[in-house]
Amino acid sequence: MSGVERIPILKIGDVLLASIQVDLQDRDVLALQEDLAEKISATGAHGVVLDISAVDIVDSFIGRMFATIAATSRLFDAHTVVVGMRPAVAITLVELGLTLGEVRTALDLEKGLAILAGLAGDRAAR
Amino acid sequence: MTIGTGRSDNLAELLRASGEVLTRRWVELAAEPLRGRLSVAELERELADLYAAILAGLDTGDRDPNSDAFAEVRALLSEMSRRRARAGFTPSETAVGVFTLKRAMFELLDQAEIAGGLAEVVAFSLLLDAFGLWTFETFAKAREEVIDEQAEQLLELTTPVVKLWDGVLAVPLVGTLDSARTQVVMEKLLESLVTTGAAHAIIDITGVLAVDTQVAQHLLKTVMAARLMGAECTISGIRPHIAQTIVGLGIEFGDITTKASLADALRHALRRAGVDLVAGDRRG
Repeated sequence: MSGVERIPILKIGDVLLASIQVDLQDRDVLALQEDLAEKISATGAHGVVLDISAVDIVDSFIGRMFATIAATSRLFDAHTVVVGMRPAVAITLVELGLTLGEVRTALDLEKGLAILAGLAGDRAAR
Repeated sequence: MTIGTGRSDNLAELLRASGEVLTRRWVELAAEPLRGRLSVAELERELADLYAAILAGLDTGDRDPNSDAFAEVRALLSEMSRRRARAGFTPSETAVGVFTLKRAMFELLDQAEIAGGLAEVVAFSLLLDAFGLWTFETFAKAREEVIDEQAEQLLELTTPVVKLWDGVLAVPLVGTLDSARTQVVMEKLLESLVTTGAAHAIIDITGVLAVDTQVAQHLLKTVMAARLMGAECTISGIRPHIAQTIVGLGIEFGDITTKASLADALRHALRRAGVDLVAGDRRG
C-alpha cells in the first residue's frame, strides 16, 4: 500500500504556501491539515495560500477541507487564501452547495499574496 | 396471393424497355412543381440514378421496400431529400420527385399491356408510396439536423465575453435565456476569467426579456462560482418588469451586487480595482 502523499509546505516571508499538484485522497487531505496546523503554530505565519490550480476533481470532502483549514488557521490568527481554482472545480463546488465560509479566493498566486499583504497591513494598523 | 417471378419480370421488363421515354416524362413532371429552382440537368441525373437503382431492385423480384434489394434506392433517396432540405425546398416538393414516377408509369400503362395485370401495378405502386414516405422521413430528419446546427451556432454567436477594462470582463446577454444558454455563458465566463486573469466580471442582462427561477438560479451559480475562483461578479441591466418578477418569485440575490446599468457596474468594478476616474482638463 502506498504511503500518504505529503504536500510540501513552503514558507515565503510570513506566508505558508501549499501547492497541491496531485489528485487528493481523503487521507492526504487530513495529513495536509495536520502539517499546516503544526507549521503555522511553529512559524507564526500570518497567511496560508492553498494553490489548487492543478486540481481537476474535487468532492465534498475536499471542499470542506478548505473551510476546515481556514477555521484552523484563524485560531492562529492567520488568513487562508485558495488560489487558482479551475472553472470546472468551481462549478462542482457550487452544484454541491458548498460555501467556503471565511476562505478568501484569488485567481492566481500573485493576487492571493496581494490579498494577504493587504490583510497584514490592516493588522499592523490596528 | 403471390406474384410469380416470371410475371413481375414483365413489369420490370417493360420499365426497362421504355426506360428512356419514362424517365424523360418523369423529369418533366417532377420539374414542374420545382419551377426552375433546380436545373433540369441536375434533376435528370438524380432521377436517372434513382431509376437505375429501382430497376436493379425490381430485378431481384423483391417487393419489400425495406429489403436489401432496395438499399441503394433508399440511400439515393436519403441523399436527395437531404440536399433538398438544405436547399430550402418543402417536403411536398421533395416527395413529388418519387410520386411523379407513378404518374409517368400510369401514362405508360395506358398504352401498354403487362402480364401481371393490376396486382403487379398495385405492388409497384405501394413500393413507390413507401419510397415517398421514406423521403418525407429523411427530409424531416435533415431539417432537424439543420435546426440543431443553427441553434448551436446561435448559442456560440450570442454569448461573447468582452473586455471592458484591464481586469474587467463583461458578458452582454441578448435574447431569451434558457438553462442551456446560461450554462454556456457560465462556462465561457469562468474560462475567460482564468485566461485573462480578470478579477471583475459583469453580466449585463439589458437585452434579456424574461427570467425564470431556473435561469436566475444559473446566474446566481455563475456568480458564486466566479467568487470561488477569486473574481467578483456583478449583474447589471435588470429591466423593471424582470426586477418585479424576481421579487415576485422570491428569488434571493443575497450579497450579490446588482447595478441598474452597465455604466454603473463598470464604475463599481473600477472602484473595486482601485482605478480613479477623473474628469480631464481640456483647456490646457
